[in-house]
Formats: sequence, structure tokens, C-alpha cells
Amino acid sequence: MPSAAPTWATEVALAAFSWQELAQQVVSGLASGGIYASLALALVLIYRATRVINFAQGELATLTTFVAWSLTNHGLNKWVAFPLTLLIAFAGGVALERVVIRPVERAPVLTVVMLTIGLLIGLNGLTAWIWGGETRSFPSLFSTGTVDVGGVAVSYADIGVIGVTLGAVGLISLFFRFTKLGLGMRAVAANPETSPLVGIRVGWMLALGWGLAAALGALSGILVAPTVFLEPNMMQAILLYAFAAAILGGLESPLGAVVGGLLLGVILNLAGRYVPEVGGESRLAVALAVILIVLTIRPSGLFGRTVGRRV
Amino acid sequence: MSALLELRDVEARYGPVKALHGVSLSVEEGSIVAVLGANGAGKTTILRAISNTVRRSGDIVFAGRRLGRAGPDAVMRLGIAHVPEGRGIFRELSVWDNLRLGAYVRRDRAAVAADAERMLGHFPWIARRRGQAAGTLSGGEQQMLALARALMGRPRLLLLDEPSLGLAPLVVREIFRILAELNERDGLTALVVEQNASVALRVSQSACVLEVGRVVLAGPSTELREHDAVRRSYLGY
Repeated sequence: MPSAAPTWATEVALAAFSWQELAQQVVSGLASGGIYASLALALVLIYRATRVINFAQGELATLTTFVAWSLTNHGLNKWVAFPLTLLIAFAGGVALERVVIRPVERAPVLTVVMLTIGLLIGLNGLTAWIWGGETRSFPSLFSTGTVDVGGVAVSYADIGVIGVTLGAVGLISLFFRFTKLGLGMRAVAANPETSPLVGIRVGWMLALGWGLAAALGALSGILVAPTVFLEPNMMQAILLYAFAAAILGGLESPLGAVVGGLLLGVILNLAGRYVPEVGGESRLAVALAVILIVLTIRPSGLFGRTVGRRV
Repeated sequence: MSALLELRDVEARYGPVKALHGVSLSVEEGSIVAVLGANGAGKTTILRAISNTVRRSGDIVFAGRRLGRAGPDAVMRLGIAHVPEGRGIFRELSVWDNLRLGAYVRRDRAAVAADAERMLGHFPWIARRRGQAAGTLSGGEQQMLALARALMGRPRLLLLDEPSLGLAPLVVREIFRILAELNERDGLTALVVEQNASVALRVSQSACVLEVGRVVLAGPSTELREHDAVRRSYLGY
């Protein structure tokens, strides 16, 4: 047997390795994963209720993040401006559903998907038209610096992003589980035909879903903008990561979206650090590979149910 | 005495296909009315016309009020609970959530809790299975759950679509026994569409027979039971 030539695997093994750094990479992966998770959850909320993938989810997030920027720029404290932005995003999401989506409620799913692609382009143009195309810095909610956790330096920003996204996800799951509106929204997702027969106003539940999704998107925009900087195309890559996360977790499953997001964040970060071929730009390729692999091996995702399509 | 529900010359269509050709019938308060007929006679469509889940024309008057353009959720809020064909269970939701959904439009929490207790009296197994996904129940249990859910809304009128469909005879008898009990004890009013004519004619006070979208025969259930054509076509003796 000839001696093994240095291969991809040995190259990885040869790269300087420390457990501390691995832990650091995992934590910052979880932080970016939390951002993907909130946008993925937004996609899943709308998909579950209507079978529609909202391609405009990312642009909606960008636009609302610009709103947050304008509010802080006009002197509003960020702790006031950001929650206010979430409310504005919520109202905007509800309005968008009522005005744009409602007229095509009974149209085939593909029609609605095309409409959201139109929205993507329209909102992107609108954002660039109002705020211009230049890149802006965006205030972070969290202070700079790191804290030592068992010998691992973890940045406040990472901890903050993980905390905020998990908090938001927790609040939403409490809302779904313990409120009457949440019950109504779950009912519409489970059986839109029967829902009106128990008195649920299905249209308003869908609008509410769009509102929640828009608020989650705004949250992901606000969290990601300090690192990727604010510009009209800011969320386009993030939306692809969110797709990958949602597909990884199962498009039907809110829990799957969150786990998928966190997992994807860690996968991308580790691949970027330990696989020499994967640089910053080729992270997108890794995300697409994840989509491809999941769709081939387990199309329903980690948490999806493998049941037949509803007719 | 005026009827709780009255249909006058109701027509309904699915796209270009007419399913009801001018149906008139009425349901007195406190009575059970059965609609009999073969597959495709339009039985289900009558209920769908009432809850406005099919395109229809003609007059439908409920408690002295024309239903007009009220959507299905508005019709429910007026006091009409519709258990649709195939039961309309929320399969992914728990048994308990299904039951709670029946009271979705009600705001009187204490009375809702009392009604839930009452349902557990009728259907004790619900308490044992409350956390289970409703889709995992047997067909009979799903039918009972759908019935319990409808009753949780305290409807003035219950619309029941083929409660016996696909169920074992014992289960069918149990469901109709409960229906008769609710009718006698609480004065429940119901319009029941049913292919199983013998059991439907036993619990109902009056009935009508539907053939290709028209009422061809109507009257008190005791009379229809003795009617030759009904006996030959629907009772089989």
C-alpha cells in the first residue's frame, strides 16, 4: 500500500485545534443560528397555515429594520425604537395580508407564491427608493466585549442574540399553547375547512399569522444588522439560510424551524472554520447543500411528519 | 308555532352542477328532523347550504332571521353548529383542544367549564384521552368528539352529517341514543342527514326523503316508517 497522500481529512486534522475555540465557534454559530431560526419560524408560521412560502419575508424584515434605523436616527432610544418597530412590523404584516394576499386567498398556491416573489422585488425597490442603496452601520442592542464562561470567551452580543431569539420563540409558543387566539391559529393550520364551523374567522387568523411572521422577521433583521450592516439586500442571504433551516427542521414544524436554525448556524460556522474550502462566500453553498441533502434523504425534515398530502 | 329553521325553495350548485333543485323544509324548536336519501341525493348539500359553505340561493330563515350572506363563522355565531361530513376533527390537535374549540366563540368561562364537565359525563373516555392527538382516535370516538365539540357551543340548532358513516352498529346505536337523550332532556334541536334510515327514523320526530336534489316525501317519522316506498328503498323490508 502506498503511503496516504495528505487528504482533505488530514488537512483538517492538522489545522490548529483547541476545544476552547470549538466551543467559541459553536456559541457564535448558535447566535447566527438564532437569527436564521426567527426568520425560519416566520416562514413556517405562514407555510403551516396556507402552504405558501413567503419569499418576501426577508425583504419585509429589511424594510422594517430600516424603520428601526430611522427611529433611532431621529433620536429615539433603541430600547423604545426596537419594540416599536416590532409593533409596526406586526401591523404592516396584518395589513399586507388583508390588502395584498386576501384577494388571492382562494387562488392556487402557486399564484400566491408568485405574488410573494413580486412583493420581494417591490419591497426591495421601495426600501432602496426610500433609504438609498448605501450601506449603513446599525446600533447593536448589546455591549461589546466578552465574558469568560469556563475558559471560553463568549461575546455579549452572541449571548444576547441567543437569549432574545429563544425568548421570542418561547413567548410565541406560550401564545399558541395558552391563549384562545393561539388555539384558533393552531386550528386553522390543522383544518382550515372546519375552522369556520366552530366560529373562527379564518381570514383574520391568517392576517394575524402574517403579523407575527413580520414581527419575527423584523426581530431577525434588527439582530443581524449590526454584523452584516444595513443595506437593501441585507436579508437575501439570510433568507436562504432561513429556508435551509426551515427545510432542515421540517416546514410544518415551528420547533423544527428553531432547532433547524440553531443547527444550521453551528454547521455553517464549523464548516467555515474547519473545512478550508469553505470560506465566507461559500457558506451559501453549504446551506444549499443542506437543503439538497435533506430533501433527498428526509423530505419532511427532522421534525416533519411523513404523511400524505392533504387534498 | 313558527319553525326554528325554515328553508324555502333553496337551490345550490357546485360550479355548473346543480345539487339542490328548490328544497323546502322546516325544523321545529325541540325536534329532531331526519333527511334521508341515497348517495348523491343532496343531503350533505342541504347542511352546507345552511352553513353557507356552498353557493346557494333561496330563503333560509333561522329564528326569524334571514341568513342572507352570513359566512359560515357568522352562521355558527348565530347558534347553528355544523358537524360536517367526515366529522371535521382537528386531527393534529389534542382531544381537549378539539373540545375547547367548540366553545371558541363563548366568553362565559364558568359555564364553558360546566359544559365541558357535562360532556365528560356523556363521553367519559374523553377525560382519559384528553392529551392525545384527535387523529389517533377511532372513527366512533371521532364522531362522538365532533358531537361533543358542537354541543360545547350551546347551539340552538345542531346540523349532523351522516353520523353513522363507517361506524360499527353498536357505536351507531350509542351515538343516536345520546342524541335522543339530549333531545328529550335538554330539548336539543337537530337536523340529521342520514343514510341509515331505520335508526334515523327511530330518533327523529319528522323526516323527509331527498331524491336528486328534491324533497319527494315528508312527514312524521312514524308515518314514514310505515310508508311502502320508504320501506322498500331505505329500510329494506
